[in-house]
Amino acid sequence: MSDTTAGQVLTTKDGKPLKAALARALRREKLRSLALIAPLLIFVLLTFVAPILDMLFRSVENSIVEDTLPRTVVALRVWDPKSGEVPDEEVFAALYGDLLVAVEEKKHTRLGSRLNYEESGISSLFRKTGRRVNRMDEAAPFKEQFIDADDKWGDVGTWQVLRQFAPPYTDGYFLSAFDAQRTSDGIEMKPEDERIYMLLFGRTLFLSIVITVSCLLLGYPIAFLLAALPLRTSNLLMILVLLPFWTSLLVRTSAWKVLLQQQGVINDFLVWTGLISDASRLVMINNQTGTIIAMTHILLPFMILPLYSVMKTISPTYVRAAKSLGANDWTAFWRVYFPQSVPGIGAGAVLVFILSIGYYITPELVGGTSGIFISNRIAYHISSSLNWGLAAALGTLLLVAVMVLFVVYDKIVGIDNVKLG
Amino acid sequence: MANTRGAAVKYDGVQKSYDGETLVVKNLNLDIPPGEFLTMLGPSGSGKTTCLMMLAGFEPATHGEIFLNDRPINNVPPHKRGIGMVFQNYALFPHMTVAENLAFPLQVRGVGKAEQSEKVQRALEMVELGAFGNRRPAQLSGGQQQRVAVARALVFDPELVLMDEPLGALDKQLREQMQYEIKHIHENLGVTVVYVTHDQTEALTMSDRVAVFNDGIIQQLSTPDDLYEDPQNSFVAQFIGENNKLSGKVIGVQGEECLVELDDGTQLKADRVNVSDVGDKTTVSLRPERVEFDTNTSMDNLVNGQIEELIYLGDHIRVRMNVAGNSEFIVKVRNRGEKRKLNVGETVQVGWALNDCKALDAVV
Repeated sequence: MSDTTAGQVLTTKDGKPLKAALARALRREKLRSLALIAPLLIFVLLTFVAPILDMLFRSVENSIVEDTLPRTVVALRVWDPKSGEVPDEEVFAALYGDLLVAVEEKKHTRLGSRLNYEESGISSLFRKTGRRVNRMDEAAPFKEQFIDADDKWGDVGTWQVLRQFAPPYTDGYFLSAFDAQRTSDGIEMKPEDERIYMLLFGRTLFLSIVITVSCLLLGYPIAFLLAALPLRTSNLLMILVLLPFWTSLLVRTSAWKVLLQQQGVINDFLVWTGLISDASRLVMINNQTGTIIAMTHILLPFMILPLYSVMKTISPTYVRAAKSLGANDWTAFWRVYFPQSVPGIGAGAVLVFILSIGYYITPELVGGTSGIFISNRIAYHISSSLNWGLAAALGTLLLVAVMVLFVVYDKIVGIDNVKLG
Repeated sequence: MANTRGAAVKYDGVQKSYDGETLVVKNLNLDIPPGEFLTMLGPSGSGKTTCLMMLAGFEPATHGEIFLNDRPINNVPPHKRGIGMVFQNYALFPHMTVAENLAFPLQVRGVGKAEQSEKVQRALEMVELGAFGNRRPAQLSGGQQQRVAVARALVFDPELVLMDEPLGALDKQLREQMQYEIKHIHENLGVTVVYVTHDQTEALTMSDRVAVFNDGIIQQLSTPDDLYEDPQNSFVAQFIGENNKLSGKVIGVQGEECLVELDDGTQLKADRVNVSDVGDKTTVSLRPERVEFDTNTSMDNLVNGQIEELIYLGDHIRVRMNVAGNSEFIVKVRNRGEKRKLNVGETVQVGWALNDCKALDAVV
């Protein structure tokens, strides 16, 4: 059988090379599988991947200046922002022409609010100038007329901002996300009192780690018990673990408000028992404590389930074997059981950490000001300040941070060691 | 056993119940002398594994006392009993290498590093796996894992080693090979071995003595040949080896012999093992290889039967006959290459000696 392959090429019945025929058959099989997943793939691409990519792209996209003021942008290229002087008449003439069109299309206010992110006051400048531009005299020099309309046109700073954000792509959002800014001297950190995002990133990471560790400490013994109990009892206990899953997230978070607030159940009880005085009721909500307690509770099942599914596969004979070999209960657990449960710890920790780093509702409701996460700030920029570019930059940073942590985790623990069941 | 360094084990009136209602082990009394290879043999649910687990310390005895070298061990936790154990699925720690697995019992005993590696290497060489120390258990074949498990149970020089169906997961050929290896290790080291299995061949091959368990009771405790030649009751006769059952009634007793009338009226002379008096119902047990076709009138029992089926098995031929109303009567004929032909449907006379058929308790 095998000796026929030595010299000659194997062929199919009709003489074609067997290797090619097999490859063709395999390719058809692959195409078929692709066709089967195609609807889902297209759906995910259109509704998930594409919007995310679009959103990420907004963090660098900045075509609004060029689109709204095309002639001004061209004219400004020859102006030296470090000269300390306002650009000359030619630029103002171009600005007049651009603004006429922009006011007609009502685009100048949008540009105003965009540039207002970079320097406050520009929004009102554009609105004010927009009202005046139609009444300007085309014969007289525009420079004086503009400065007359608003002093800010005579301010070099305004023009520096315009010039700086003229290109279609910008690193301004990312700089803001890093609490940095670009001045005429280059990039520098914002003044101490204006920095916020790095603090929020740091707090988000720190609280996520705290929440992950508390979930592990609380979840490990429960998962251990679940895996050790006979099936009937463990099923009942499992229902108790899963019960929170079937309750709305909002309801659970609100319940924590009721429990933790200063006039809440826990404080009332402690005062009643006399452990604390009425005057020194504990502050457990609207701060980091509230965020940690509520989120640990909410994310606990995500730690317990992977732990349980891994522990379920660890045969009790291993511990017995360890004991028969002379190990006491603790050694048997620590040297034999625990190492085998590490994949579950890995899976649970990654799951809880990644979920908590992007958590939004719970910190919003119970976090106060000291317990909010970076995601709350992103949500604020998406829905209130409408600074989508900055929101996108912050989101991109968060995504990159998670991916970096994931790679670090892979290096230390190894992704192969993560097991969900 | 001359070079023995094994421990003596004694079960004294031990009972075990899991639910407080039914006894899994009923009043077990068993003396195991130092250095013996004792096998607990029985069908599943017969209580043999429970007996082993009580000895290992994983199940508490609900009544009675277990002694190890005359020391009661009921209140000694498993890790202080110093008993080596080989588990059914080996229970090699998957996150440790073979060498680490073997070093584990030495580490927890605080043995020095140098002595550890020396003992580990010696134990690995004993099971001919000297070069495999750095492998993970998952990288070994079933037989190699089995040997590692044996080596791990022996590396800390226990006086007593328990084995809980250790060969169950191996294929037939490997199982037979391992049987001899374990037997040789036992002979070389002189440790006491308590071995649990449901495989009677394994029990007969390896053991000094076999305790046949059924229903929480030791049915018979004897050497392998005694078990086969002189079963004390129908269960043992049935469980060990192949066996023809003929049910009937005792109609005459004379010393150690008795006369049995089978259900169809045939009369047989049998060894009186487990019947007391005339009128007792009985099951006569007869090994298939003790039945002869070359009959002569000096034989104690001569019966006619019809051949129903012939099965050729190489070294012997299995003949299924209808004898005395029992159509499952098996006769094994050694294949001597003779021309003697047996034909299906033929009625022939078969005969056997009195000592080969035992009158045992009646099977209900």
